[in-house]
Amino acid sequence: MAHPGASESAAPAPSPPPRGWTEHEVELLLGRLLQVGVAIAGVVVLAGGVLYLLRHGGGRPHYGTFVGEPVELRSLTGILGATMAMRGRGIIQLGLLLLIATPVARVAFSLLAFLRERDRAYVVITSFVLALLLLSLAGLGG
Amino acid sequence: MTILLFSLLVALGSFVAGLLGALTGLGGGVVIVPLLTLGFGIDFRYAVGASLVAVIATSSGAAAAYVREGYTNVRVGMLLETATTIGALLGAYLAGVVSTSALAVVFGLVLVYSAYASSRPRPEHLVGTPDPLARRLRLDDSFPTAAGDQAYHVQRVPLGFVLMTAAGTLSGLLGIGSGAVKVLAMDQAMCLPFKVSTTTSNFMIGVTAAASAGVYLNRGYIDPGLAMPVVLGVLGGAMLGARILGRTPSGRLRALFALVILALGAEMIYNGASGRI
Repeated sequence: MAHPGASESAAPAPSPPPRGWTEHEVELLLGRLLQVGVAIAGVVVLAGGVLYLLRHGGGRPHYGTFVGEPVELRSLTGILGATMAMRGRGIIQLGLLLLIATPVARVAFSLLAFLRERDRAYVVITSFVLALLLLSLAGLGG
Repeated sequence: MTILLFSLLVALGSFVAGLLGALTGLGGGVVIVPLLTLGFGIDFRYAVGASLVAVIATSSGAAAAYVREGYTNVRVGMLLETATTIGALLGAYLAGVVSTSALAVVFGLVLVYSAYASSRPRPEHLVGTPDPLARRLRLDDSFPTAAGDQAYHVQRVPLGFVLMTAAGTLSGLLGIGSGAVKVLAMDQAMCLPFKVSTTTSNFMIGVTAAASAGVYLNRGYIDPGLAMPVVLGVLGGAMLGARILGRTPSGRLRALFALVILALGAEMIYNGASGRI
């Protein structure tokens, strides 16, 4: 648990030493998390896109009238199934799901940082936001 | 037109939108829906679904850079995210009930307002007096300037909260980042320094959009074949834009882009009001 930024061994200082990560460390980790999330999602979308265009590039697009996506591209299990079957559209959808999950992971990380800081008010606030996000994504469970 | 050609054209259009959005600081997300609906004749619902995921991509990419520079106020962001996610879920729900013609009119009005807001100067109003509620929530912070760290006091938290709920609702309803409304909340109401409000608002966009994106995906509004060129195009444009400009918006380009947004707003209102969308 010892972290380079945490000065646990420091003598009593005028201002209390940081109990968790320093603010700057949290910012660096947050930035890295977002960057990696977007990069991975982008690569998955691109891979699925190449596959999709190779197979269906000659077809006709039909977005003028709204039909809605098939059930397999609306749910987590459906998307995973389509990905395992190496379907281009399924892989793209997985990438989009990773993209949507990136800010959710960011909030989960913020919760961890506030927990380490023992900042009770912000633990409550962050948990609430995380719960709302998971509630919105929970519709995907089926 | 084949799917291949269609995808390339959509990617190119999205690339330009992402590039201009980054160069002008106005965000590219706001022109994606007009581009897809007016330019490519795509159904409004598919367009909003694709725009929403593109918004997550660009905001998360930019936030990664901003947050490390120390301008972003993470506590303000976190607190206001409760407001924007509630709004986003409400907006996503409303999007399934309201007619697309009505949505197009609302979209047009937001575009017109964004163009108007971007043409106004953003004066810095640093207030020296601390606000008790802001202090209790530990929102006051400082930001780096050439002359060292500058402290600031956050004002009128409840008003900011209400305005951010509205921004979140618009975001969930229209698939945009609602930057203009967020600036209103954070610059004008809460008196954050504008560098702080810009970066903190961007920091929140990803979370806000993710809240409604779950609902949209579940409802079948997010089409992978369409979202793919939009996301990759916008992301590529935004990355190039950030690289060539180093994040200082150029005045003339910004005015030009604001005019484009205004024209698109007028056309969205016309198309919505005449029932074409």
